[in-house]
Order: sequence, then C-alpha cells, then structure tokens
Amino acid sequence: MKYMNKSIEELHEMLVKKEVTSAELIKESLEMSHKIQDECNAFVTILDDAQPVEVTDNLLSGIPCGLKDNYSTKDILSTGSSNTLKDYVPFFDATAVSKLKAAGAVFVNKTVMDEFGMGGTGTTGHTGTVLNPWDKTRMTAGSSAGSAAAVAAGVYPYATGSDTGDSIRKPAAYCGIVGYKPTYGMISRYGLFPFASSLDHLGVMTRNVKDAAIVVDAMKGIDKNDMTSWDSSHIHLRESLDGKVKGKKLCYVKEIVDLSNYENPSAELKEHIANFMKTVELCKSLGIEVEEVSVDKTLLNASPAVYVVISCAEATSNMSNLTGIIFGPRGQGDNYIEMMKDHRTKGFSPLIKRRFVIGSYVLQSQNQERYFRNAQRVRRLLVDAWKDLFKKYDGVILPVGSGPAKHLDGSKDILDKDTAVLEEHLQIGNFGGFPSITIPNGFISNLPVGVNITGNCYDDANVLNIAYALEEAMDYKNQIAKEV
Amino acid sequence: MGKYKAKIGLEMHCEISETKTKVFSSAKNEYTEQANSNIRPVDMAFPGVLPVVNKEAVRMALMASMALKCQQPAYMYFERKNYYYPDLPKGFQLTQETKPIPVGIYGEVTFECNGEEKRVRINNLHLEEDAASLDHYDDYSTIDYNRAGVPLLELVTEPDITSAEEAVAFLEHMRSVYQYLGISEADSKKGQVRCDVNVSIMDENLDENDPHNWGTKIEVKNVNSFGGVRDAIKYEIKRQTKLKENNEYDTMEQQTRRWDEESGTTIYMRSKVDAIDYKYFVEPNIPKFKISSEWLKEIKASIPRLAYDRKKEYMTKYGLSDYDASILVKQKDISDYFEETVSLGCDAKQVANWTNGMILSYLNSKEISINEFFLNPYMLKELIDLINAKTISSKQGKEVFAKVLEKQKSPQEIVKSEGMMQITDTSELDQIIDEVIRENPEQVASYDPERPKILDYFIGQIMKKTRGKANPATASQLMKEKLNDLQK
Repeated sequence: MKYMNKSIEELHEMLVKKEVTSAELIKESLEMSHKIQDECNAFVTILDDAQPVEVTDNLLSGIPCGLKDNYSTKDILSTGSSNTLKDYVPFFDATAVSKLKAAGAVFVNKTVMDEFGMGGTGTTGHTGTVLNPWDKTRMTAGSSAGSAAAVAAGVYPYATGSDTGDSIRKPAAYCGIVGYKPTYGMISRYGLFPFASSLDHLGVMTRNVKDAAIVVDAMKGIDKNDMTSWDSSHIHLRESLDGKVKGKKLCYVKEIVDLSNYENPSAELKEHIANFMKTVELCKSLGIEVEEVSVDKTLLNASPAVYVVISCAEATSNMSNLTGIIFGPRGQGDNYIEMMKDHRTKGFSPLIKRRFVIGSYVLQSQNQERYFRNAQRVRRLLVDAWKDLFKKYDGVILPVGSGPAKHLDGSKDILDKDTAVLEEHLQIGNFGGFPSITIPNGFISNLPVGVNITGNCYDDANVLNIAYALEEAMDYKNQIAKEV
Repeated sequence: MGKYKAKIGLEMHCEISETKTKVFSSAKNEYTEQANSNIRPVDMAFPGVLPVVNKEAVRMALMASMALKCQQPAYMYFERKNYYYPDLPKGFQLTQETKPIPVGIYGEVTFECNGEEKRVRINNLHLEEDAASLDHYDDYSTIDYNRAGVPLLELVTEPDITSAEEAVAFLEHMRSVYQYLGISEADSKKGQVRCDVNVSIMDENLDENDPHNWGTKIEVKNVNSFGGVRDAIKYEIKRQTKLKENNEYDTMEQQTRRWDEESGTTIYMRSKVDAIDYKYFVEPNIPKFKISSEWLKEIKASIPRLAYDRKKEYMTKYGLSDYDASILVKQKDISDYFEETVSLGCDAKQVANWTNGMILSYLNSKEISINEFFLNPYMLKELIDLINAKTISSKQGKEVFAKVLEKQKSPQEIVKSEGMMQITDTSELDQIIDEVIRENPEQVASYDPERPKILDYFIGQIMKKTRGKANPATASQLMKEKLNDLQK
C-alpha cells in the first residue's frame, strides 16, 4: 500500500503536484478492495471500471471512496444488503452522491451493511458477515460494517455511512477509526434507503477528524427534495478546525461511566472505563474543563426501549414499499396479497421480520398510546436532558460501548450485566439529531476502542474542533488495522 | 319510507385539479389518457424518495376549509395511513387524521334542495394524496401511476342528510363551491369526485338527537357519480327498511359495503370487526409547519363570493327569476361576466337576457368558454346602450351581435361600417314618407284610421327605401300623422 493509507489532504497535494494520478489511486484502491473483500467480505459491489476524474481545487477530486449500499446510486446496483433489492439498479442518485460526484469523488465500491441498516453487528447483510480487519473472529459492529472495515483496512481514506442508532459511531470504535454523523438534516436524506426517518442521518467514516470535516463539507447542504434539510452554507467545517479548545467545557454522565453502576464488572469493562478516564484527563490537560454530571437513571435506562419502539414503528412503515410489485424480485402467488407475502417472506432476514412485528404492534391503535406515543414522550425527555447539558457544556463525552469489538461467536464474550445504557447511549444523539463523533482512544486486548463527543444541534464545527484537538493529543490518528 | 327516516353522512373525495404539480411530488398534476406519463420517482415510492409539500395545494385546501366555515389548524401536519394495496406504492397514504387537527374541522354548509334551505355540519376536511388507478382484466391488472400523488380533499359530513335528493343537492353545491374557489373542475367523468356514503334508518317517532336511536351505520364505498350516490342511498334505504320489516334489522352488524354500478346494488365487503387498523402516525419527513395568521388572512381575502350567495343576491337585488339566476351562477366565469357588465351601469335584467340567451347559446355552439369570447362586458354594454338609445332596433341588435363576433369589431364599429344607424331624424323621414305617399295613391286613398292595418304596408315601403334603417316606431308615428292630415 503506497497511497490509500494517506489522508485526503496528503493525497490531494500529491495529485496536484502530479506525484500520482487519479488512475493510480483508483488502481490501488481497487486492488485493496479485492483483498479486503476476500479477507473481510466488506463489499456488495466492487466497481472495477471506476474511471479517473480530473483533479480540481476540490480536495476530494480524483480520490477513491466507498459508498454504503443504502445510498441510491444511478446505474449502480444498490441493495441495502437485502434480498428484496438484490438486483435493484436505481435510476437516480441520492443528493449526497450527486454532491460527492460534483466534488470529483471516485466511487470504487458499495459496502456491505446490516440489512437496511437494521442491525448493529454487520452480520445480517444478504451477502454475509463482515469481519473486523483487526481480528477476523470479531465483528465490525454495524450497520455501516463494510465502510468501517474498508476504511480501517486502508482501502481508501473515507467511506460514507448512515446512522440511525449508532450505525456509524459504533463500528468506527470497533474498527479504530473516526465516525461522524452531523446534525440531523445537515446532509439531505434524499436517496438514502430509509430505516427510521426521524432518526436516520448520513455521515462519514475516516481515519482522522479533518477528513471527516472535508467529506461532510462536500455532502451537506439544503435540498429541495428533503424538507428536513437546512441551509448550512455559513458552516465550513474544515476551515473551522483550529485546535483551540482552551476553556471549552465537556461533561460525562455518572450513571453511564461510573463503575459502581455495574455489578462485578469484567476486567475488560474496567479497563475500558479506566481508558476513558485517561482520555478525560487528557482533555483537561488541553485546557478543556470536564465535569461529571448526573442524569436520572430511570430515564437513561428507558433509552433502548424508546429506540426499539420508534425505530421499528417507522421502519415497518418505511419498508412497506418493498412489495416486489414496482421493483425487486416479483413474488409468486395467485393474487397481490400472496405475491407481496412471498416477496417479503423470502426477501427479509428473520431479524428484520422480528422488528416489523414489533413496529406493527406498537402502532396498532390499541397499543399506540402505551408504546409509540409514550416512546415519543420519553424521547423528548431524553433530548431535553441532553439539551440542558448543552446549556452549560460544549458537549457530552462518553465511552463507546462496553469494550472492544465483540466476537462473532457470541459465546466467547463475557457479558457484563446492566450495560445496556453503556452500549446504547449513542441513540440519544439520534433522538435529538445532535452532531456526534467517535474517535479512537486506545486499545484493549490489542483491539481498538473509541470515545464519543456529542454536541448541540448546529454546533458541528465546535464538536469537530474538540475531537480534532483531542485526536492530535493521542496516537491513533490515521491508524490502519493490523491483524492481531 | 313512511315509518322510518334516514340518516345519511357523506365522505366526498375531490381531487384538487388546479395546482401545477402533485401534492408531495414535482410531477405534473394534469389529467391525461397517456398512462404513466406524469410521474416522478416519489410517485412510485422508489427507495430513498421523500415527500415535499406543495404549498399551493395547502393554500387551496385552507381556502376550501374557510369556505366550509371550518376552523383552521395553527400547525400543519400530515400522517401516514398504513395499508397494503397495489395502487398504493409506498404502502401508506399521506393524509390527515383528526389528531393532530387537519386542514379544517367543525364547519357548516348551507345549500338549497328543491327550493328549501338545508344545513349540513362538516366534521372535518383533510388534504391527502390520491392513489394510482388500477384496471383489471381477465387474468392481469394494469397500474397507472398518473393519479398517484394528485392532491385530494376529503370532506366528511355529520349524518345530517335525510334523503337521496338532498345528498345529491349537497354534492352539486360542493362541486360548485370547489369550482368557484378555482381549486377543482370537480368532474366525476374524469374520476375527480368519488364518494363513500353512510346510511342508516331509524323509527320516525324516535328522538333524532339521541345517537342511540340512529340505527346501524352502513358504509357504502366507491360511489363514483352523483347518480350513483342517489341510487346507492335509495337502494340502502329500501334494503334496510325490508330488514326492519322482517325483524332482521337489529341483528345486522355494522358493515362496509360496496356499490355495484352494474347491478345497482350494494355488496357486503367486511364487518366492523374486520376493520383495518391503519396505524396512523405523523409523517416524520414533513416537519410540522406553522400556518401564519397573515397567510390565513391573505387566503381569506382571495375567496370569491360563492354561487349560493350570488343567486340569492340576483333574485333579491335585481329581481331576476329563480330560473335565470340559477343559470347565471352555474359557472363562475359566466356569473363574473354578468356582474362586470352590470357594474358598468347596465340594467341587470337586460344583461341576464343577453347572457342566458344569445351568449350562452353561442358559447355552447362554439364549445368555447366565456374567457375566449370576443364580446367582452364593455362591448355588451355598448350593444345594450345602442338599443336603449334606439340607435338600432332590438332585431338589429341581434344582427350586430353576430357581426361583432364574425368581424371581431366592437358594436359601435359594426353599426357604423354596416350603415346600420337608425334614421330617427324626422326631416329625413318626412321626405321619404312624402315619396311613399306620392308613389302609392291607391293605398293612401284606402287608408282608414279605424282599421290602420294598411300602415304595415307603408312601413314596409319606408324600410325598403331606407334599407331597414328607419326607426320603426318613429316612422309609424310620422306616417300616421301624415295620413291623418291628408284625410282632413
């Protein structure tokens, strides 16, 4: 590997100075794609005919990248890693795809995901399990599994992702890279296959914070096709990274971080929390004030249930267009009901079907008040709790998950009790549409772990800048996965 | 019916046909026979598409809400109504349920049925999207997505209607309202108006205000013409009356039936217990948006006077007959034409006669609208003034009318260029009359003032000499005087 381990700015400079051509970058990226496909099963499609692009002033021009397979790409197979769309070739680009194209980005593959983003393991895509490049017996987490594996393995400097619960930020941690989802609506969702519309975010996976800023600068913008998008033309993420964080304020939540919350914590969990506290100390040494805050534990514990109820409800409705009538493999049957049933029975994995059942159940008129509406109320309470924190703090800093990547064979993991909130608190970033970024902050059992910073809506530049300064102070920037 | 009275409620779906694009899509909102030509990805629910609200459709819906005296919401929401059907690409319809508040709630409509004033309360009015249209053949069906996403207004009445005639009168009234508001052609031939009808019957001697006495609600779906509504209601009343008489009514379950046009009957579809749970929830892709009071004011100011009010005014203020007033208000542009001409200072009855007579028959024969009609209100005033000033006769007026349209010139110009000015100048007429007397000594001799029939002959001679330009009344008067003088 000569080029694909480099950052976007480095590659751009080499392209401008003609030290390398776009074609050479693409060639190496494609070679790496095939290698990582063999090793990790990260791609649905490898675009072997990817063509070089003229190098312009745009930092992304001529540089290869990957797109998660739930991004609608004109004339390129887009499956959402589902059998229901296994041969679906869209005739239009997602807005974010058009924007990357306009910036001169070169797409070299479409990455595997949990089916339609509905999973956190990278094991439910229709093309099979994605393996973690650091340890092939472990998962990448998901749903942006292939993107995380590929960026970590050095296939290209960045790949797009999408995040409904933590689908960018969790796999980023498990794969030792940066995962950033900006404020809800900063990037248009037009052309992203929906999972849960009120929680879905587009975002990016990179190996350093500046690259994440560069890519989102290119993807963002108000879009007439997405009423929830907003005008961010005054925000220039890359330009606003100055690393000046003295006087910034962060907080962490005692009910999530304090070990006393967990009965008989495992050595790994202890190590993970200790590593997080080390990062906190590092922040302080940079001049950032970090304080411990307390949030109602009952409220926090409700978060995973709120997520299940809302995301499943929206998902079951969002995916009602998958009937095999207009697109997707036509089902067999004597009438339309039988045809739709056949298509959906054969097309969806058991995990998704289970979520559809939950979604339908909580929306039924006799259950809706008890489950769906209450979940929306609790969502509001959680968002308000975080907004309260943002009145005083620039962001909330928390560890991602309860440790490093889990084994694909679940029996090998020691599962700590009551760690649901630790595993799932990133969902609050989706409930509130908050900008949220995960960066690597160390190793446990030789595997990378991550830390997350989440800030208030529209305050993306501030959140990224804190992450940028912190990243600079640690040794994990631009790391490439090494088999352990 | 005799012993029973009917309680009828209507759900009237009317497409908004006058927006440029569909309600959540940038595809054209236009009726066309060419299947699947007005579609965008969002209309077929390809993965990743999102709805974008058409503000114009919302404006028109709010206008209708005001015309129905409904309350308007402070915020606009849309909701998903989830169910699977091949005409519904997304697997849900974007619509508005009653919570949060739709585009209108709790209104009232006053209309006329057989000369009587009737009132129907409106439960709610909501804006939604239409489904695709299906055609079924022996062993396959086709789907046309042109209609998918066309804005649709659904109006739900309280069960205040008591007969089939009243239901049809209400629908005709609503069609006129929508046409006057300029939001829909409301043409059932184009499938723009579709109804569901709720019918129940109750014993006539029971208290109508107590819902317990209302009987069992039967919903009849898919009634697609006003004639169908009338027939379906009549059929249901007959059917339910028979059940009452056979003592079977009380065991009848609340149910949904379907109107079968061919057999003229309603057919059982499903019982209330099998009702579909639509799992409504607020569409997350459309942020709730505030409807400003300024915007509402602006919309309110743009609502024209409606047919019902205009007709009343034409009868009371101008003394027009019910018949004439009804014809005038049938189409808004005709009524506007009439009002504009009257506002120029013309006599309303004269304008009504011209409009309902010559003008409408001309428009019908040429199959054009009054907006394409050359003779504008100013010219109609000119024409009426020419006749009233006796410059031309009424008979000549009709010729001028035809010539104006033929030559595309104003009535004044036609009268001038065709030499149609009446001769009312008595000295000129004197000379001509003297000539006629000289040339017809026999007829002059036979003149008898008691039997002045011969006068017609003289007038004919005068007209011949003036090529019809003599004012008949003046000529007749002068002629009579001359003949009387001669006799003395």
